[in-house]
Amino acid sequence: MPKVLMTGNAAIGEAAIRAGCQCYFGYPITPQNELTEYMATHLSRRKGCSFIQAESEISAINMVYGASLAGVRTMTSSSSPGISLKQEGISYLAACELPAVIVNMSRGGPGLGSISAAQSDYFQATRGGGHGDYRTIVLGPSSVQELADLTHRAFDLADKYQIPVIILGDGMLGQMMEPVEFKHEAPKELPVRSNALRGAKGRPSRYIKTFTSKPTELEEINWSLFRRYQLIKKEETTFETLMAEDAELLVVAYGIAARIAKGAINRARSNGMKVGMLRPISLWPFPTHKLEELAKKTKHYLVFEMNMGQMLEDVQLALGGKGDVSFYGRPGGVIPTPSEVYRVISRLYYRKA
Amino acid sequence: MKKVYTRPKYLKKVHFHYCPGCGHSIIHRLITEVVEELNIHDRVIGIPPPGCSVFAYYYLDVDMAESAHGRGAAVATGLKRAYPEAIVFTYQGDGDLAAIGTGETIHAANRGERITAIFINNAVYGMTGGQMAPTTLLNQKTTTTPYGRDTKLEGYPIKISEMLALTKGAVYIERTAVNSPANIRKTKKAIRKAFQTQIDDLGYSLVEILSPCPTNWRMTPLEAWQWIDKEMTREFPLGVIKDVTGAKDAD
Repeated sequence: MPKVLMTGNAAIGEAAIRAGCQCYFGYPITPQNELTEYMATHLSRRKGCSFIQAESEISAINMVYGASLAGVRTMTSSSSPGISLKQEGISYLAACELPAVIVNMSRGGPGLGSISAAQSDYFQATRGGGHGDYRTIVLGPSSVQELADLTHRAFDLADKYQIPVIILGDGMLGQMMEPVEFKHEAPKELPVRSNALRGAKGRPSRYIKTFTSKPTELEEINWSLFRRYQLIKKEETTFETLMAEDAELLVVAYGIAARIAKGAINRARSNGMKVGMLRPISLWPFPTHKLEELAKKTKHYLVFEMNMGQMLEDVQLALGGKGDVSFYGRPGGVIPTPSEVYRVISRLYYRKA
Repeated sequence: MKKVYTRPKYLKKVHFHYCPGCGHSIIHRLITEVVEELNIHDRVIGIPPPGCSVFAYYYLDVDMAESAHGRGAAVATGLKRAYPEAIVFTYQGDGDLAAIGTGETIHAANRGERITAIFINNAVYGMTGGQMAPTTLLNQKTTTTPYGRDTKLEGYPIKISEMLALTKGAVYIERTAVNSPANIRKTKKAIRKAFQTQIDDLGYSLVEILSPCPTNWRMTPLEAWQWIDKEMTREFPLGVIKDVTGAKDAD
């Protein structure tokens, strides 16, 4: 298929439809409205599909929960304050082992914050976010193409592991336009999970629940989830490296920040500095082992995020004190420039010895 | 000899955990009778709430999925939209439907979602130990209105069914009670009609059932039945609140 020019938000919508998403439920919030509008235009009238502009983000995520019970591919999207409201539902999805895709085109926080792109929701996304002992798979795309690709992958992962999957983008990725190629055609038959709750037809009745009055029963559920998380860590950790082989200073950045850092790194290289990058694509599971491996050769690290240092903690944990870790971040929705990051890189690079 | 009374086919053979005199077990029974009579067992899905009736899935032999507190209408909406052949009902208490879940409930009704709400009004939060509900009567003592519900501090018992009747998407709303054999029969009829409304694809339906909670009312089961007649029905009169199921267009 030829490339088309699209906003990131619209590309997620198109990719979701092509992944067989049958039900989308959303609520307006900037900077992700183009996605909700795309689904209103392109999903709502498709055969067998459903679109609802819900009365709240809480309702939207609970509609997702309902649609997931029925065994269909379902998605909601929002931005930071709205994602906070969805945490209750995400916790229930995780507890009931129901697949769903949740898109966060994040913006500056805390509070109502700003509508400009930020990465302040890393902790919330990668630590579970809601109440209880659970994780969600978190994917951090850095281009419109990757938004489309990872949206498709998010649906596959959600079904494979019966788990909610978060796409952690930001307002800049959502609203910028880039050429994108969709690698899948929309399925002729919408997929339905074999464990769908669709009435006791030809089988005994079933129930799906989270509540138990027996702590040991819940403990076993927690262990079962934990074992699945261990498997996901083993199988689904993804990352990209850029000129990391001989790097003396390694930048660790994800999402749009990695895109900004790339410009700075290329400039540093052209000026003779051995700088590379590790870009985690799966933010949970985090590429801990890759960092452990890199730490054997590279001593100096710069974590660059559009927040006050959240992924920084994962990098520090992975390195376990083996590397020298610096941090540069701009919170609040401020978009740093490649030149700004270049200045930080060169200062650190020449100081490192 | 003709058998006139038996255990409903879709009520599991287990003991209820409910307190003596509680209305839940009666209402559970009525739902399973209606499911059997309407022959919808293979496509009915129930959404029980947190609260005493969270364990409804231990008793009703139909597919069920627990909802977060107050979110039943949204969960039912998503389920029904994803699988429109299903007959979806929520089972919700007064706190669930008329306090924390007010938004979900009103908008599901207003969209005319083809779902049915079985709304248990016992004027109190049961499972948490008898706190004030949005439907707690004036001067009624609860653990959080120890001096009686005071309009200046706690406002008035909310008439959510009457409010929902104002939405065009709601086509059948009736208030009944389970405090006498006659009222129990009327409740069953209302539940049946509410399910039929959904089967006929007409819109949102709700049955509000005044239900005794002797434990938290600090009454005997008999006193609780009498209290529904003497006190609750004065604030919440029984009867059909809205029925436009006969109209060609719900408008």
